[in-house]
Amino acid sequence: MSTKTPIIEIRNIDKFFGTFQALSDVSLTVNTGERVVICGPSGSGKSTLIRCINRLEEHSAGDLVVDGIELTNETKNIRAVRMEVGMVFQQFNLFPHLTVLENLTVGPMRVRKISKAEARERAMKYLDRVHIPEQADKYPAQLSGGQQQRVAIARSLCMEPRIMLFDEPTSALDPEMINEVLDVMVELAGTGMTMVCVTHEMGFARKVADMMVFMEDGKIIETAPPDRFFSNPSSERCRMFLDQILEH
Amino acid sequence: MRTMLDRLGAAGSGGRSGQLMRRAMAAVRSKPASVLVYLIIMYLIVQACLTGAEAMGYNWQWYRIPDYLFELTDDGFQWGEISIGLVKTLTLSTQSFLFATFIGLCIALLRLSGLVVGTGIAVVFLEFVRNMPLLVLLYIFYYVLGPIFKFDRYTASVLCLAVFHSALISEIFRAGINAVNVGQWEAAKSIGMSTVQSYRYIILPQSIKFMLPPMTGEAVHLVKSSAIVSVIAVAELTTIGRNIISDTYMSFEIWFTIAAVYMVVTLILSVCVSYLEKRYAVES
Repeated sequence: MSTKTPIIEIRNIDKFFGTFQALSDVSLTVNTGERVVICGPSGSGKSTLIRCINRLEEHSAGDLVVDGIELTNETKNIRAVRMEVGMVFQQFNLFPHLTVLENLTVGPMRVRKISKAEARERAMKYLDRVHIPEQADKYPAQLSGGQQQRVAIARSLCMEPRIMLFDEPTSALDPEMINEVLDVMVELAGTGMTMVCVTHEMGFARKVADMMVFMEDGKIIETAPPDRFFSNPSSERCRMFLDQILEH
Repeated sequence: MRTMLDRLGAAGSGGRSGQLMRRAMAAVRSKPASVLVYLIIMYLIVQACLTGAEAMGYNWQWYRIPDYLFELTDDGFQWGEISIGLVKTLTLSTQSFLFATFIGLCIALLRLSGLVVGTGIAVVFLEFVRNMPLLVLLYIFYYVLGPIFKFDRYTASVLCLAVFHSALISEIFRAGINAVNVGQWEAAKSIGMSTVQSYRYIILPQSIKFMLPPMTGEAVHLVKSSAIVSVIAVAELTTIGRNIISDTYMSFEIWFTIAAVYMVVTLILSVCVSYLEKRYAVES
């Protein structure tokens, strides 16, 4: 990226669940078009951090500005941010009572208030992009895990967001379905979408990431470009973690 | 039951006695045998009733009952008193149920709103109504609130039934809404939906399948508890029954008929809902 304009600015945020501190003094800036991969051991606060970005979790202290909008208790701001930020969940969270097509059109029609015809057209475009246009009239339960996750990605894309968040998108998938989802994510990265991914798929990270973030105990331990991150991480803890997950 | 029989069969499976036993079990399980047993039991019950009635010298007048359902006179077809009472019961129940559902939904949403005031109001309402006998509530509506707000006995009945059942219905709504996976909320929020939109398009449609079975129970319950308004003389099924009996002294025939009419109504209700249940059955 030649012009670096920050789209997500996280400044010194803390997050408490009761007395447990899930995030402590976390700061991170993501520029437009950048692909950030966050990794770390479980319980390190990775998911909490990206859930703060669209305020599925409320941060306890610090500032968080997304796409120029400051996230506060202001409902209007929260909804404005959520319209610009798509999110893909570990458990897909598709709407089981709606068909695939309806899953994709409900957001644009109800939130963006576009016409039904336009929403359907847009839905088919993104279903095409995730390579499952033929499943449009099925219900989520009739699809495989990989297909469901691709529908979930398409559902987020239908809102035409400026940022996509991925919260361990392949962790709930059978091994043979992981690649079909990662392929879609790599293609998405190729379109210049700003992406923040929590994932343990280091092959994917190496391929698309502009920046790697390593977290532990609610803190960011290391931030580095992938080549340096994988070859020569500066912290001992990060090196141990990489050794463990890259061993096999 | 079946496993117990199997175990019995297995216990006696050594040798010829075991074989006999198994054959006997198979005979007991067969359909004609079940029907036969059922018929014998029913016959005994009916016979006992008839013998008892005869012993007390009761004069059965079943032939007079159809006139209370409908009449064919020179003027043509006319509905009988019981049928008119049934219509009253149905309108009373339907209006109360719709009203109760509306209030119940509001109470449930207040309870789930996360606002201290909302939760407070909902809990107080719920505990107040749920812990009061229906009859006392009816007296409050008719003798206390009626004169104050100037409404008649029918309105008092509808309001009383609606309020009483709304408390129970609100709990059904709350359970149904809570039964929807929290991930559905997150997904709805993450595509920018407001709380109202999330409820309307995502959460409530999915909670219907959780709510239908207990709601059927509640509707049946309401139809039956509507009988209580006979104490303030609203002319519904039970009141009509009482009036006919005081004219004719046919207690047995009339009460059996009234009971049968209630049962037909509630059974039809159950059948309709089981159809709905199939329609809303969605895998999640």
